[in-house]
Amino acid sequence: METAEGTRARNRRAAWFTHGWLALGVLAFAFPIWLTLMGSTHDASTIGRGDVPLLPGPHAAENYAQAWGVGGGRYMGVPAGTMLLNSLVMALLIALGKIAISLTSAYAVVFFRFPGRMLAFWLIFITLMLPVEVRIIPTFQVMVSLDMINTMQGLVVPLIASATATLLFRQFFLTIPDEYVEAAKIDGAGPLRFFKDVALPLSVTNIAALFVILFIYGWNQYLWPLLIVNDRSLETVIVGLTKMIGGGDTQNEWNVIMATAVLALLPPVLVVVLMQRWFVKGLTETEK
Amino acid sequence: MRKVHFKGVALPYLLLLPQLVITGLFFFWPAGQAVWQSFLREDAFGLSSEFIGFENFADVLSDPSWLEAAGRTLVFSASVAALALGAALFLAVQADKQIRGADTYKTLLIWPYAVAPALAAVLWLFMFHPNIGIFGRMLNAAGIAWDYKLDGDQAMLLIILASAWKQVSYNFIFFLAGLQSIPKSVLEAAAIDGARPLRRFWTVTFPLLSPTAFFLLVVNLVYAFFDTFGVIHSLTQGGPGKSTETLIYRVYTDGVMNLNLGSSAAQSVILMILVIGLTIVQFRYVERKVHY
Amino acid sequence: MATLALRDITKSFGATHVLHGVSLDVAEGEMIVIVGASGCGKSTLLRIVAGLETETSGAVVIGGQDVTGLEPADRDVAMVFQNYALYPHMSVFGNMAYGLKIRGLPKPEIERRVGEAARLLGIEALLERRPRQLSGGQRQRVAMGRAIVREPKLFLFDEPLSNLDAKLRVQMRAEIRRLQKRLGVTSLFVTHDQVEAMTLGDRLVVMHQGHAAQIATPMEIWAKPADTYVAGFIGSPAMNFIPATLGHGGHVATLAGGLALPMPGRMGTDGQGVTIGIRPEHLRPGMGGLEAVVELVEPLGSEAVLHARLADGSPLTARLPGILHGEGRLGLVLPLESLHIFDAASGRRLESAG
Repeated sequence: METAEGTRARNRRAAWFTHGWLALGVLAFAFPIWLTLMGSTHDASTIGRGDVPLLPGPHAAENYAQAWGVGGGRYMGVPAGTMLLNSLVMALLIALGKIAISLTSAYAVVFFRFPGRMLAFWLIFITLMLPVEVRIIPTFQVMVSLDMINTMQGLVVPLIASATATLLFRQFFLTIPDEYVEAAKIDGAGPLRFFKDVALPLSVTNIAALFVILFIYGWNQYLWPLLIVNDRSLETVIVGLTKMIGGGDTQNEWNVIMATAVLALLPPVLVVVLMQRWFVKGLTETEK
Repeated sequence: MRKVHFKGVALPYLLLLPQLVITGLFFFWPAGQAVWQSFLREDAFGLSSEFIGFENFADVLSDPSWLEAAGRTLVFSASVAALALGAALFLAVQADKQIRGADTYKTLLIWPYAVAPALAAVLWLFMFHPNIGIFGRMLNAAGIAWDYKLDGDQAMLLIILASAWKQVSYNFIFFLAGLQSIPKSVLEAAAIDGARPLRRFWTVTFPLLSPTAFFLLVVNLVYAFFDTFGVIHSLTQGGPGKSTETLIYRVYTDGVMNLNLGSSAAQSVILMILVIGLTIVQFRYVERKVHY
Repeated sequence: MATLALRDITKSFGATHVLHGVSLDVAEGEMIVIVGASGCGKSTLLRIVAGLETETSGAVVIGGQDVTGLEPADRDVAMVFQNYALYPHMSVFGNMAYGLKIRGLPKPEIERRVGEAARLLGIEALLERRPRQLSGGQRQRVAMGRAIVREPKLFLFDEPLSNLDAKLRVQMRAEIRRLQKRLGVTSLFVTHDQVEAMTLGDRLVVMHQGHAAQIATPMEIWAKPADTYVAGFIGSPAMNFIPATLGHGGHVATLAGGLALPMPGRMGTDGQGVTIGIRPEHLRPGMGGLEAVVELVEPLGSEAVLHARLADGSPLTARLPGILHGEGRLGLVLPLESLHIFDAASGRRLESAG
């Protein structure tokens, strides 16, 4: 027979289990970061010896200074400062570029009737099915013939087309009531004016949400910069970091590598944490 | 559908132009090239080429090492998806319970979304490097010969774990959103009907969550096929031997390293067909969901 | 302020004909209410006047100028939408000023006009708020204000009161009428509510299946409905219709039950089928008329609505003064001066030919 006392006790236990599992999950995600963070405060020989440090060491300042200004690894180092700047510029240009051209194309598809409208929409939509990974070589060849290898444009422009963002904005524009358009017509506003004064301001939260996702998308690009850039002054931080590791030799300057990893991690994580609400909304809405 | 529109024809084309130009230049042209090249044999210097029909495809599909890579990719993708989905669902169910601090847990569980796959691999390398990694050393100290650079199975295990680890937070966000959209009254009705918590989960919550789960399954498979390139490239480079070479990694090595353009193009086309198939399945499913 | 003329407006969406040639002349400062059931084409007509919809044929003339084919912006009209269509991201001031800003009015002039309209509508205190922060009635006022500041030739109202609760609707109705009279702006007002139509309009246009069934003053429509549709649509409870046949040289109508009613004159030919209309409030208790069985009594206080059936089973509604009504048999007389006679075939009103 169940007693009220017994049920209460079981519920209390269940709550502790819940907390326990969640804490374990948090730990599983946080531990690798903690390890890296701690490693970045010791010198190379401590790590190389295999005395894996779980607590901070005294070398944080010099490790980060070296990572930021000089770089490390056994190959020609690229300063993390340069790589971070490259990643930042790339991520910002990709995010803003995607938002800009998706906004205008969604606006055209939703607020106008013109021949070829559905064709244009499908042409954009179908690119969902063509991720860069499956067309590596021919895309590279196109880049060569357009003379865009080793340039920031080459890094950014081909990634700016966005079916996902276009679909999101289309979806959103469809929810703008017809009456707004009619009121604007009676007020004497043309299509560009309506875009600037009504459609754009109403899209602000969607833009913010999308920005978070696209910024991370841009920052985390890997295969594309690997293909397009071999000029190390254009190196992005994610690719640069794995180049520092190379084959993973024990003699690597692991302290500097770890400091660089922390630096590479920080900007996108900050964006996600600080803009969490928009980010979650954006993610669950773009994928619908 | 919208009933009210603006007049004008030139303006909408102008607004569409940037997107269409980029799409044409960097999507359709190369995709067309891939298809075209997959029917050609080209020498490594690109000096001569001849049309050979489906020979490249036949070569690829009959190449035992490609078939092995395909099988490997299947195992890898299924493992990544199962791990990432299972862990995420479990955590989401815990976080959905009405406990104190649920929001804090949520924040602490979603940030890994921001970690690049390649960077996730680097973090796991720090843990499982046989000499400098804390767990790598522990395993060796415990008498297990751990070195993912020598043992293919260990390498596979490591890329699976690193890839799944990075994907959990994405799945978690969607599962949690799915759980929170289940009306509380349905669960309360089940409770009144006498279903205990675990039974409630499997008979009410899980079926209502299945559209989310299906959607995530497709997303996770696509992720495992393509986005894990960074994990493999930075951790094992396909090795040791070919033990972590997935299909996408092979396209890269055949095309970029070995300059075998025809074969690489044929492989690309096969992958494209795969993605198109997955996307169609997904949209079919979404459509059905919408209609009922 | 301007006159408005519609010349034989038709509208088809593909094979569906929504308007079959509507003509209307509106005098300066007049308030015209277009009323009808949903789907009768009343909103389409209004939107054609606004320029939001293009007519299939016909012409729209505002203030003597043919505006057919012009953009809404070039017609100098203002419109109040059913759901108000207030821009959610602009303040009340921003919403009211938007049309003026686009027309490039100087800032002080915009501020003067918005301030004046806000004062007129009693919303001065709300100018900085967003539409979201307003009640339904306040939003309604802002929507009015947006129209007023434009000082247009024509006000167009598209069922602007239908989103308000009953009490507010009555209040805003009176307010709109007062404002319109005070500003003297020619107005078109679309509604499906006959009470709104009767109380607001100088004249009504009763629309039915894409035709203007009748265009007249509210009292005229009530007293002399042009056909059975108008007769049934205007008035509550709705008019009773009883089939009858003309005889005696068209001077007498005989009901199915045998009751013979003398007509005011010759209404038609012998044997012609007619429909006798009588409003519930015109029926009087008494003998020598209709024999009905009362099935349901709805007391309304000083009077009551009786739902009854005639011997042949057809329903009859009566509105009688007093409170002491019971169910059961009841005799009702039809005052001859209150009868409306319609042709049974066409439904058109018949007048005595002497």
